[in-house]
Amino acid sequence: MTAMPDARPPAPIRTEALEALLTERGLVNADAINGLINRFVNDVGPMNGAKVVARAWTDPDYKERLLTDGTAAVGEFGFSGPQGEHIVVVENQEDMHNVVVCTLCSCYPWPLLGLPPDWYKDPAYRSRIVREPRTVLNEMGLALDDSVDITVWDSSAENRYFILPQRPAGTEELSEDELAALVTREAMVGVAQVGAPG
Amino acid sequence: MTDTTALLGELPADGPAAPPRSNGELVFAAPWEGRAFGLMLALTEQGVFTLSDFQAALINSIARWDELQRPVEEYHYYECWLAALETLVVEKTPVTNPEIDALTSHYLTRPAGHDHDHDHDHDHHH
Repeated sequence: MTAMPDARPPAPIRTEALEALLTERGLVNADAINGLINRFVNDVGPMNGAKVVARAWTDPDYKERLLTDGTAAVGEFGFSGPQGEHIVVVENQEDMHNVVVCTLCSCYPWPLLGLPPDWYKDPAYRSRIVREPRTVLNEMGLALDDSVDITVWDSSAENRYFILPQRPAGTEELSEDELAALVTREAMVGVAQVGAPG
Repeated sequence: MTDTTALLGELPADGPAAPPRSNGELVFAAPWEGRAFGLMLALTEQGVFTLSDFQAALINSIARWDELQRPVEEYHYYECWLAALETLVVEKTPVTNPEIDALTSHYLTRPAGHDHDHDHDHDHHH
């Protein structure tokens, strides 16, 4: 049982002590930790998910595989690893917008999007997006027409949801790479849509 | 505690509806958050515990914050993360709570700017 935060010394110091004790026991080493941090700071991020979206927009067979078995389809790109299991891809439609939350903690498809942004982990987002999705999306800059229904997907250890946004109009001539450059992390969580280029 | 965490700024005060940021934001608001993240992953890679174990511990830790801290203190995700990590370390490794507390207290007494990485052994030997 851990003491409550306000009774505890500063987190940076506690983290340092924890790492020193675990290192002393031979359970971790600084190089391995540096490597893991480096991977998630530099190598894994929303650009992975954007590539998946662009492929799904341009290759109907791939899209079908993606919607059927998300984990296997993103694995075709080599995207896998912690929190990459049980990826479920949900497609936005003209009349149905989807948005993702993890109400209990911060489950999130790391191999596709990197680590979650602050707002995704915020207690208010976690509770409010379920109760009043239209209002919260509005506050985040996404005004949906009243005719568009909203489905909120609660990620967990069992299912990590990933949104396949709608391809914007006027992008018929764009290459897969050019399309990928349009796709934002926010669109893949469902708090934004993908805008047309320019 | 609030002093330090406020400086780290895990969340803006007006948090919830803070607008989504660009994809280029910093992954960790402070170096210790990265260390706590890396420690967790390193321990799962070592098989000390599983990612599911950690998720369960994190859910508990966040729920406890929701219950007890929410009215009085700003939310700090990685504080919850660290609490979950400490709980699992104590449960699954030979490292004990008193040890963690003792070394933390020791670090707190060292002079500012002192280079301290993993030097606590010196106290036992000198």
